[in-house]
Amino acid sequence: MSRLSPDNVLLAKEIIGRYPRPKSALIPLLHLAQEQAGYVSNDAMEHIAELTGVTPAEVLGTCSFYEMFKREQVGKYMVNICTNISCQLNGGEELLHHAEETLGIRPGGTTDDGMFTLEDVECIAACTEAPCLQVNYRYEYRIDNDGFDKLIDDLRNGNRYDIPHHGTLARIRQHLDPERAAGIESPEVTGKPQWFADREPAPESEKETA
Amino acid sequence: MATNAYVEHAPGYVDNVGPKVVTSRFGDPESYKLERSEATGGYGALRAVLQMKPDEVHGQVRDAVLLGRGGAGFPAGVKWGFMPPVWPRYLVVNGDESEPGTYKDRLLMERDPHQLIEGCLITCYALGLNTCFLYVRGEMALAQERIAEALNDAYEAGYVGRNIMGTDVSIDVVLTWGAGAYIVGEETALIESLEGNRGMPRLKPPFFPAAKGLYMKPTIVNNVETLANLPWIMLNGPEAYKQFGSEKSPGTRMLAISGHVKRPGVYEVEQGKVTFRDLFYGDNYCQGIRDDNDLKMFIPGGGSAPWFFEDQLDLPLEAADVGAAGSMLGSGAIVVMDETTDAVRACLRVVRFFARESCGKCTPCREGTTWEEKILQRILDGHGRPEDIDLLLDIGSQISPGPYPVAAFEAAGETAVPFPPKQTTICPLGPSSVAPITSAIRRFRDEFEAKIQAPEEVPA
Amino acid sequence: MTSTEAVTGVPFTLNGKELEADSGELLIDAAERHGVHIPRFCYHPRMKPVGMCRMCLVEVDTGRGPALQPSCMLPVTPEMKVETESEATKEAQDGVLEFLLANHPLDCPVCDKGGECPLQDNAYAFGPGETRFVEEKRHYEKPIPISDLVHLDRERCILCDRCTRFASEVAGDSLIHFIDRGSQTQVNTFPDHPFASYFSGNTVQICPVGALTSAPYRFKARPWDLDAVESTAAVDTTGARVVLQSSQDKLVRVVGVDSDAVNWSWLSDKDRFSYGANNSPDRITEPQIGTGSSRTSARWGDALKHAARSLRGDANRIAAIGGSRMSLESQYAWSKLLKGVLGTDNVDAQLGDGLPAALVLGIDRATIAEACEPGGVIVLVGPDPKEEVPTLFLRLRHAIVEDGASLIELTPRATSLSNLADVRLAATPGTAGQVMAALADGRLDEEVGTVGSPELAKAHELLTSGRPVTMVFGRANLAESARYVADAVGGLRRLVPEARFLPALRRGNVHGALEMGLAPGFLPGGIRNRRTNFGRWPSTPEFEGKDTDNILRGCLNGEFDTVVLLGADPLGDFPDQKLAAEALASVDNIISVDSFLTESSNLADVILPAAMWGEYDGTFCNMERRLSPMRAKVTAPGRCRPDWMIAAELSLSVGPDLGFATLEELQNELSSSAGSFTDINWDEVSSADDGPILSTDRNWDLEFGDPADLPSGPGYGFRLIVDRKMWDMGTTTQQSDGLGGLAQTAAIRLAPADVQLMELAGNEVVTIDQGEFQVEVPFVSDPAVIPRTAWLPARLPGFDARRLVAAGRSITQVRLHLPDRDVAAGGSAGEKGGNNG
Ligand SMILES: Cc1cc2nc3c(=O)[nH]c(=O)nc-3n(C[C@H](O)[C@H](O)[C@H](O)COP(=O)(O)O)c2cc1C
Ligand code: SF4
Ligand code: FES
Repeated sequence: MSRLSPDNVLLAKEIIGRYPRPKSALIPLLHLAQEQAGYVSNDAMEHIAELTGVTPAEVLGTCSFYEMFKREQVGKYMVNICTNISCQLNGGEELLHHAEETLGIRPGGTTDDGMFTLEDVECIAACTEAPCLQVNYRYEYRIDNDGFDKLIDDLRNGNRYDIPHHGTLARIRQHLDPERAAGIESPEVTGKPQWFADREPAPESEKETA
Repeated sequence: MATNAYVEHAPGYVDNVGPKVVTSRFGDPESYKLERSEATGGYGALRAVLQMKPDEVHGQVRDAVLLGRGGAGFPAGVKWGFMPPVWPRYLVVNGDESEPGTYKDRLLMERDPHQLIEGCLITCYALGLNTCFLYVRGEMALAQERIAEALNDAYEAGYVGRNIMGTDVSIDVVLTWGAGAYIVGEETALIESLEGNRGMPRLKPPFFPAAKGLYMKPTIVNNVETLANLPWIMLNGPEAYKQFGSEKSPGTRMLAISGHVKRPGVYEVEQGKVTFRDLFYGDNYCQGIRDDNDLKMFIPGGGSAPWFFEDQLDLPLEAADVGAAGSMLGSGAIVVMDETTDAVRACLRVVRFFARESCGKCTPCREGTTWEEKILQRILDGHGRPEDIDLLLDIGSQISPGPYPVAAFEAAGETAVPFPPKQTTICPLGPSSVAPITSAIRRFRDEFEAKIQAPEEVPA
Repeated sequence: MTSTEAVTGVPFTLNGKELEADSGELLIDAAERHGVHIPRFCYHPRMKPVGMCRMCLVEVDTGRGPALQPSCMLPVTPEMKVETESEATKEAQDGVLEFLLANHPLDCPVCDKGGECPLQDNAYAFGPGETRFVEEKRHYEKPIPISDLVHLDRERCILCDRCTRFASEVAGDSLIHFIDRGSQTQVNTFPDHPFASYFSGNTVQICPVGALTSAPYRFKARPWDLDAVESTAAVDTTGARVVLQSSQDKLVRVVGVDSDAVNWSWLSDKDRFSYGANNSPDRITEPQIGTGSSRTSARWGDALKHAARSLRGDANRIAAIGGSRMSLESQYAWSKLLKGVLGTDNVDAQLGDGLPAALVLGIDRATIAEACEPGGVIVLVGPDPKEEVPTLFLRLRHAIVEDGASLIELTPRATSLSNLADVRLAATPGTAGQVMAALADGRLDEEVGTVGSPELAKAHELLTSGRPVTMVFGRANLAESARYVADAVGGLRRLVPEARFLPALRRGNVHGALEMGLAPGFLPGGIRNRRTNFGRWPSTPEFEGKDTDNILRGCLNGEFDTVVLLGADPLGDFPDQKLAAEALASVDNIISVDSFLTESSNLADVILPAAMWGEYDGTFCNMERRLSPMRAKVTAPGRCRPDWMIAAELSLSVGPDLGFATLEELQNELSSSAGSFTDINWDEVSSADDGPILSTDRNWDLEFGDPADLPSGPGYGFRLIVDRKMWDMGTTTQQSDGLGGLAQTAAIRLAPADVQLMELAGNEVVTIDQGEFQVEVPFVSDPAVIPRTAWLPARLPGFDARRLVAAGRSITQVRLHLPDRDVAAGGSAGEKGGNNG
């Protein structure tokens, strides 16, 4: 289980085609795997290795470097509370403690019902709106304990349609229509694009012959 | 039209009085849509640029002295000039914003993606390259969505892709997301990440991206905000641009002021024309410290910057002046801390960030930052030893040897050393952990000592 | 980083002294050359620098004031001022060491690396002494086996990236990798994917601490107990330079030596771990007389007498097979005994899996460095180098990946280099000669067999581009006549007259054997048989003898009374297993000089126990004809003797004295009689860094006739491809600690297209029908295989594909059935294939 689905294989191939070298597609493909299963399984990594022509160890090397990739099942909702400096100054750590108590888990843990995984994260670029958190990478700003409890209730009761399950990031993907694309150049290609060459100021000596 | 108020649909953004170069469309709730962008001059600069010689475009950017907004403040036009005549070459847009306290690129991507795309295209055109990779931080799902939608629309409308606006010019812009690693904001790590690797920085020299970057080909890495300035500059000309800001630092900057101020927010501010004091206390800006408390310290430019204090309040927001005083404006992230702040705790929080985010490549950073974090945590837990304070400074000097820039300790017989500091590491991340430690210990040693006053046995 | 055109004369100042560096030379190397050792962990001169451990930081002033710079990443520039002893340098280095030791366990007393550990050494030399680290150290599960041969202790690892870089950069199989990030970073494999690399032992050798240890050496000895001597690995024809290490008169470790000309310090795991066979309890340590249950140990005198008896009669009824594993000196002694004393020319060191001796001896030979010349063109017509000449593989790979060499591959199946090839000419068995002929004739518009016109055109362009061309040639397929390789060689000579050739033959010292005349038709020194007197030899053979193939056939016809097996195991090695078995079964007398009871020596009437590599002194001759020493490090067990001594004593039992009692006398005789050896300075052989190359002036007019015609259509069957894997059921592998289990179970590899046509699925087995018998083998779908061919490596557990090979046929075809279906899929697939093609 959890190799990429046939649809996702097609998408994966399209994504690979966007890069001059297949390995460049590793991170996008790992996201794809995580979107499909909620986490990145070993099978998925092996599949990605096959698709990109690298070894599974290389896929794991890349995958494990990046925090967002989870190699084990996590909750449906990943609750990431920022405790970095701006949030700390405004109660982020207290909010984290409250979350620990409310959910009954420590950072890194998942609730028994598989609904929530809690994380204590670094700055998420909303510092002026501290304390803040993300649920599956969707922001909640200036949140206090009551706000947190309500958020959890809403998530539990299925009232937050705006938040997809863990693994889904952007719900809109770039679509590169081959008809419209300029075409990605491989790093082996040398020579400037024709349009650029045509617009370059001709060196003095060549002006005549050109 | 400026309202001097929060803008609801752009969380954190304060519609400040003063010129607007990059946030001009933020007032409109639909500013991210192609129609709205077109209706307010979007892609007009690109249209004009396509009539110019690439060389002229580059010249105008150079004339405008557009300083990089990613942290180092290097002039974009000059950097572009470092590319050797080698193809293929690439543009990489750094949208990995993750420096603690920094919050601006995300707004620019969420609120006005077309402005950024236009900036990318202008750059590609000027440098004669046809592939741009737009790298958005992994945690920014909305920004990814907005840019994806904008790109899809722009491709369809013929602004991007094959034969742009009916000309023979063809340029692709490819959207890529990160996956959670601060260090990937460093340009060579970003390139590694784009190659599908672990985001570990390369040593500069020899790998200056402009000469050897993505796939070892010439690559320009620019910050989102830097590129977002380009449409305005190309529409209005470098001279108009230089009317804003100071001579050394023309134009505006987006600043995120967070922490203990009454009205934290993201402001677009003319460079060099305002002081920290104006910013923290002025009515147009943050309107004072919360509860009218006293200021204890502030970080002028992201977690990596040495701290400033009361004495530096009157420095203008200008890279050179701030640098000479021993810190940096960095990524435009200002964090204000009032008198109630626990210096040790704040210090630990910033150090912990660097320890967690070290890529692990250099021994001093990998081992040193975690060691620092452990000591600080131990002190906070009540197990500090008197020698820990000097040990912390010592570890710091093993990561960043020589006099460390500390703001204004003339009283103690020390002169500020201009930023950046020396380093035993490849990139500045490791040395960044030294900033909070040196700043906090030099200024608030007594607080450390107080926490250590009853030294306990070190737990086994 | 060897720079071929080193320009000296970059002036720089090192610790106040004015010195010169080569252009482009890294500071760390330049300093070393001038006697200043800068401590380092991540830097390795044979890999790209990464500058990550930061141990080599030194103060450098390039005009903008002193700054700390990693000397491993910094090429020396003119007027650079370097301080390796300054306060700032010392502090930086102390700091790095303190950081490295912070999380490093202090278990030196029980660590394999203790006593030869750069971290330990640097800690003494540069370290601060006391640790100030009182926090809890990083913990990992204690050593984990990451393969059958390598154990990993992550607590000891200092994350220098050497092993991981080696795996991806040098070996090209990234099976170990950095995982996780920051202070959590560890080296590991992908879960359940062991570090199954042919080169894994190199990581143990270059690990600067005791994080990687080899299973065979773990806890076997301490560095200060070790005795060492330089030698040459003899498991393949590359001849990698090694150091043999022993403890208490037992071989315990083999380490690669950085020979610029040959192996650049790298070894294959076979080079490194085959010494295990020396220590095997199965060694024959006493002479044996008799067969089967009546076999008994004997005294040397009796055994020699017994052997001599069967060597007396008609010389032409005596044959000898083997000798490739011996030293050059032993090969000479046996050559003299067989050809000069007994007078038989039925002598062949190759076991039907090699190439005609005249071709190998006479062709213009390239050195490895020439084959790997930057910007050159390499043509591969031979085995997968990774399987059969692995250290050469590393050099070739480097040339292609780093030095801009181009590869044209003309092989019947993809190899480990295929993904790096500029052109792959996928020629099915029997067609390589015609493909090369088409290139030579400039016939590029039409396909030749399975090779298409665009590929031909591309290959032709590369070959005629004026870049230096080297062909690496050998037997890619044992089920295909050697004739096609010779045809391909001839074709290339026609197209590129100045092309050079590097043979990739099997069996360690086979080139020594050929040079010493262990081939029909030759005397030592590459001298042809046709002369009556030679050196101090009593006589020379009167008739031209037979090669192994014909010797075995002759045995069947009763042409031979006696066969001498010189460490050879035709039953295990000859491509046509059936022929070998029947032949040896029908000979009266078999004399075996061997160290093990192999399938073949088990049939012998007399077994004379031979000392093994590492137990005798002598000389090795590699594929370049480079001579280097093989040295004794330990005493041979029991009553084993060096092969040359056995020859000398046997000679005495038959009649005349061979004329030498010591190696030195033997070498002198060799120098005085065999043409190309007259120039050899034996001191140079044993002392030079890289060893001298035997200069030959053969200028033979090699004749290459018209290439064999393309075999007629695919017929009803699949063309068979049989080759060798590094790990198989071979004696050395099976007798060496830890290696035996590495051989993979036999499977038939088929092109995905054929798998689809035959509707093969899942775990099915395929019945291979060879005509006389059928066998069931599991199949693997493998894109490396050309449609309508079937690839089965020989000598694997489960099934030995040599049973399918018919040595008499130029190519072997087989039929495939599906056991649980009635349809003979070979036939029907053939029809379908025919329709498609
Ligand atoms: C540790 C580290 C983190 C960085 N993070 C970012 C970042 O998140 N965004 C960014 O634009 N630049 C970041 N930078 C700076 C980039 O390396 C690079 O200088 C910048 O993207 C260049 O763009 P600019 O010239 O337009 O400013 C970082 C640098 C370092 C050393
Ligand atoms: S300083 Fe730290 S983050 Fe930067 S390259 Fe070195 S280990 Fe990585
Ligand atoms: S040896 Fe130079 S940084 Fe490691």
